Amino acid sequence: MTEEWLIKGASITGGPATDIHVRDGIIASVAPGLEVPGARVIDAVGLIALPGLVDLHTHLREPGREDAETVTTGTRAAALGGYTAVHAMANTEPVADTAGVVEQVWRLGKQAGYVDVRPVGAVTVGLAGKQLAELGALADSAARVRVFSDDGFCVADPLLMRRALEYVKAFDGVIAQHAQEPRLTEGAQLNEGEMSSRLGLSGWPAAAEEAIIARDCLLAAHVGAVLHVCHVSTAGSVEIIRWAKSKGWRVTAEVTPHHLLLTDDLAEEYDTVFKVNPPLRTQADVDALRQGLADGTIDAVATDHAPHPVEAKETEWHAAANGMTGLETALRVVQLAMVDTGLLDWAGVADRMSVRPAGIGRVQGHGQPIEPGVPANLTLYDQAAPKETVDPRTHASKSRNSPFAGMELPGRVHATFLRGTATVLDGKVTR
Amino acid sequence: MKRHLISAGDLSRDDAVLILDTAAELASVAGRPIRKLPTLRGMTVVNLFYEDSTRTRTSFEAAAKRLSADVINFSAKGSSVAKGESLKDTALTLEAMGADAIVIRHPASGAPRRLANWITGRVVNAGDGTHEHPTQALLDAFTIRERLTSPESDQRGQGLDGIRVTIVGDVLHSRVARSNVLLLTTLGAEVTVVAPPTLMPHAIGTWPCKASYDLDAELRKADVVMMLRVQQERMTAAYFPTVREYRRRYGLDTDRMALLPEHAIVMHPGPMNRGVEIAAEVADSPRSTIVAQVANGVTVRMAVLYLMLGGAAEGTE
Repeated sequence: MTEEWLIKGASITGGPATDIHVRDGIIASVAPGLEVPGARVIDAVGLIALPGLVDLHTHLREPGREDAETVTTGTRAAALGGYTAVHAMANTEPVADTAGVVEQVWRLGKQAGYVDVRPVGAVTVGLAGKQLAELGALADSAARVRVFSDDGFCVADPLLMRRALEYVKAFDGVIAQHAQEPRLTEGAQLNEGEMSSRLGLSGWPAAAEEAIIARDCLLAAHVGAVLHVCHVSTAGSVEIIRWAKSKGWRVTAEVTPHHLLLTDDLAEEYDTVFKVNPPLRTQADVDALRQGLADGTIDAVATDHAPHPVEAKETEWHAAANGMTGLETALRVVQLAMVDTGLLDWAGVADRMSVRPAGIGRVQGHGQPIEPGVPANLTLYDQAAPKETVDPRTHASKSRNSPFAGMELPGRVHATFLRGTATVLDGKVTR
Repeated sequence: MKRHLISAGDLSRDDAVLILDTAAELASVAGRPIRKLPTLRGMTVVNLFYEDSTRTRTSFEAAAKRLSADVINFSAKGSSVAKGESLKDTALTLEAMGADAIVIRHPASGAPRRLANWITGRVVNAGDGTHEHPTQALLDAFTIRERLTSPESDQRGQGLDGIRVTIVGDVLHSRVARSNVLLLTTLGAEVTVVAPPTLMPHAIGTWPCKASYDLDAELRKADVVMMLRVQQERMTAAYFPTVREYRRRYGLDTDRMALLPEHAIVMHPGPMNRGVEIAAEVADSPRSTIVAQVANGVTVRMAVLYLMLGGAAEGTE
């Protein structure tokens, strides 16, 4: 049964109010004053319409860690956050280094039906950084993998990285690198700086990220390949990527919502909800990341949504798992950090959270302009909603490790449509 | 005073001076035929030690017992997650057993701060990873005040104003250095840390002290030189080439000791590597306060427990 919708008075990426008619999963027409008998009407006056958001970096945890998240709970959280497509990272148990695993994740996503799940394939067998996984088999599988990443680990071996960058050119793939020089970060716990020296936590130096990014940019240029840099966290990384792009090299980058808003001084009380990799950095880094996202040096916001069960965080800092949830708060954080500060308009938000990530991930049917004939992947967002305090207990994610808990954030995702079917209405999942 | 003693930075100057003054009064108990005070009778102090440290544990145990508290020694090897019980479960267990205070030594920085979230009793940090060791700093401050300020009768209420303290060694990994920099500067001392650049914290410029790589230059102006223990395993991580070279550049031998002003004292938190960071002749010289530091450790820890739990015992939070 296909749904037919008439969205009245929405502002498409911040433009003048108009109506959007959705039928058969497609945007049928866009014009003010539309009348469509029989269509369900949504009063969208005052709401921003965005192309459905696309996340390049999501940990859905299934298979293996269903205690933290499942494909169903994670994609439900994604829909509530305004997403219509997510890239499921490969560090599951077993690792997504075979066609079997990526097809399983892809199928679970289809069954859940909240968003399109695009599995990310591992670059190396078991994420061990020793031997390339069968990248061609992943690409040719039903999951049609195009993004490959050992995320959580860096492909540190320069020769292996070069080969991976080259190899995936055959099927238009992209290597998404978790940039972390392993020797420089042995035992690293927190950004190396004032806080780490005061708290007695081993430092994670910015240079350990920047050195890998610089190396990989040079490699990508040398072999004419595409490089995507995951969760850029330092001012220096932004500078290097800006330089690489100025050369015309095919380098893209993402930043997380938490790196756009939070700083390492939050670790003061050793609250492990703030433990993440790469670590929270300084205000100067936050400012540079915002600037980089605003000027397009950083292409995309990606959540790095990393759910963990309570016991993985209720420990000493050293023993705690890295990562924070983010799908349900991402757009609101971006409003706070980028829109309300005047750094990015809503067209810019659409570009960085939908258009460019869809392009980087080679995601068909997403990240398209909202106009007749394109698949109706849409998000309606109320930027003027009263500020509300984040309470992770109300989240659809199975895990509660939101670093924004207790913070007041603006905005509210009102509705999300996946190919014309409402997955979220009035801020609630439809099923 | 704050509810817990986790960082030397938790102490105001008044708090710190009160602890030192209280310790000075309690020190007189040590000279009496009956060395026990009834102050903490009926209260339970748990020594929760995740690292072997006989000296610190014994010091806390003696302190609690001289105040008539019941002492439970709980040694837990290995950290949480990988094996056995989590820190939180251990904490809840100890609290259920009636712990009024938990004295914790742990290899992970911040473990005492985490512990404080999970229990209602008091937490005393007895050394956490490479973070802090505030009672060591207090006993060091006590020792410095005893040795270097005007006669005992006038010491009450005094800080360490203008006293120049040089702390030498593996500052990067030293909880003793962190706590001492914070406490001694709070008390008015001028602190300089000396280390090879590899063992100096990256953000040393944000600490309330001076930093130098030149030990000889600093010794000439020091009232106090405090030598830190150097772990041999630092060598394998390329912090310095060899122990021999470390000793030559940063060890305190008799020649270097001769550079010190006549009144200056030599301190070491122990356990010492004789012949590495400190020569045996220096450790055993009259300038050395190393044995006095141990004795002062008990009285200072008595003062901490007394002030933290004594108030609670009388129902005045």
